Order: sequence, then C-alpha cells, then structure tokens
Amino acid sequence: MTLTTLLLLAAALIGIGIYGALSQQSFVMLMMGLELILNGVMLAAVAFWAFSGAGAPEGQLLTIIVMAVMAIEMAMGFALVVAVFRGKQADMTESLTGLKH
Amino acid sequence: MESMNHGLGVDIAFLLLATLAVVTGWRVFRTDSMVRASFFLLVSFIAVGVIMILLAAEYLGVAMFFMMAVEMTVMALFMVMFMMNPAGLNPMNMVHQERIAIGAGVAGFLVLGAMALLATFPDQPVPAGLDPVRSLGNEMLGDSMLIFESAGLVLLTTMIGVVVLSSHRGRYGAAAEGSMPPGLEPGGDPAGKPEEDEAGEGGHHHHHHHH
Repeated sequence: MTLTTLLLLAAALIGIGIYGALSQQSFVMLMMGLELILNGVMLAAVAFWAFSGAGAPEGQLLTIIVMAVMAIEMAMGFALVVAVFRGKQADMTESLTGLKH
Repeated sequence: MESMNHGLGVDIAFLLLATLAVVTGWRVFRTDSMVRASFFLLVSFIAVGVIMILLAAEYLGVAMFFMMAVEMTVMALFMVMFMMNPAGLNPMNMVHQERIAIGAGVAGFLVLGAMALLATFPDQPVPAGLDPVRSLGNEMLGDSMLIFESAGLVLLTTMIGVVVLSSHRGRYGAAAEGSMPPGLEPGGDPAGKPEEDEAGEGGHHHHHHHH
C-alpha cells in the first residue's frame, strides 16, 4: 500500500465513474457515476494526507467537505428526479427536451 | 515509498479491498437490477472506507460506512419507487453515447494513472505521535470552523431546496398540473393516464382534480 497504488485505485474509480456518468440513461444510475467519481476523489485526498501531507488536518477536512458535497449532490439529485417524474413521468435523460436548443 | 511501517497483512488487505472496490464499482453499471447496482456501489464505498481505516483515518472511514449505508438504502428505495427495472427481471442495458463514455473513462484513468506513476510527491507521512481523530476535531472546531460551519449551512440550504423541489404544491399551483406523460411508443398515447381522462375524450366537459 503505497501512495502510487492508492492513487491508481482512485484513478480507476474515477475512470469508471466518468464512464457511468456519461453513459447511463437513467437519472439515478447517472448519479451513481458521480458518486463513484467522488469516491475516488475522497480516497486520493486521504492517501495524500497519509503519505504526503505530514499529517496536516486540512487533508482530512477536505474529505469531510467532499462528503458534504456528495450528500448535497444526492439530495438535490433525488429532489430533481422527483420533480421531473411528477412533471413528465420520466426517469430517463432522453425524455427531457426542455432545455435542448 | 516505504515510509509507513506496515506489515504484509496490510498490503494483502489493501490488494483485496482495492480489487473489491474496482470490481463492485464496475458491476454497478453491468447489473440488470438497479437495486443490486446501488448495493454494489455501497460495497465499493465500504471497501474504500476500510482502506481509509488502514491509512489511519479512522474517523473518515467509519463516517463513510454510516453515510453510505444510509445513502445507498435511500437510493435502493428510489429505485423501487421510480425506476422501471428495480428487480432485474429483464435484461437491461440503458446506455447512450457508450463509445464516447468508454473513451472518456479510459482517458481519465490513463491521465490520472500517469500522474500517479510519473509525478513525484513529497514523502511526508503522518507523524508517529499524531492522533488523526483528535487532530481532525481540533481543526474542525478550531482554525477551520468557518469552513465546517459553512458546510452545515449549505446542507441546510439543500434541505430547503429539496423540500421546495419535491413538494406537490408549487408556488403557482399543483406541481403536476398540465403535465403529460410520454407515450409508450414514439407518438403514441400517453402512458399511465388515469382512466376517467380516457372516458372524457372528445370534449372537455368535465375537469378532474389531481390527487
């Protein structure tokens, strides 16, 4: 378990997350991709804190902030899913054409 | 970079957990059941949480367990409530622009992986005497209190926004008023229409209240 291997794992999680966020048609599956990206970001932050940060507490704080971002993303995402579902009975990104040019 | 003195057991555990995190992360997008997908994501998060504990960030690792267990349960409930295929009874692969997505994912991994392999980072491990939980607590309620409190305020704002977005009644009347469900096939009849609407076809002689 070195900084390099941890960062490679984080990169793999972020890569899978990017694929999911770009490829999934269902809103909630798309959100799972975003979550996976943030998962990798948190792991990278903790890895840097443990191996390169000399124990600076801001490194851990950054992870807490990313967790808060994740909670906000989930809550707002679910609320938007509820709002869209109520308005259009839709659970797929293709069903929304309102902001298409 | 053998700065942290840990045994072989930690390395083996890390290898297993890393494999678990990547494989379950991948399975999220490769399973037919959306409920199962959310539990795969939970396993991936828990593996990363255990790795955090291996890295001596106990608080963050345990916080990850609690947060993700709740989040993924909510997610599984949402799948059952809204999604078309929560149980995975039919094969499902709902993707668009898959080639671009694979390319972007691989490119992201390669760029970040190259950074991990080629860049040199300072070798400054956590000092031996440091208590990570205590140091985090002192930081959150000390120098970085404003940041910590701002995060709380943003979460409160989120709660208000979420209630507004998901409430039945908007400021200008019922949220679903005038909405039309999409057809089952392109250009077809709207799906899931209440029966009485079909009976009243051809004339708008009576109005129904939305419930």
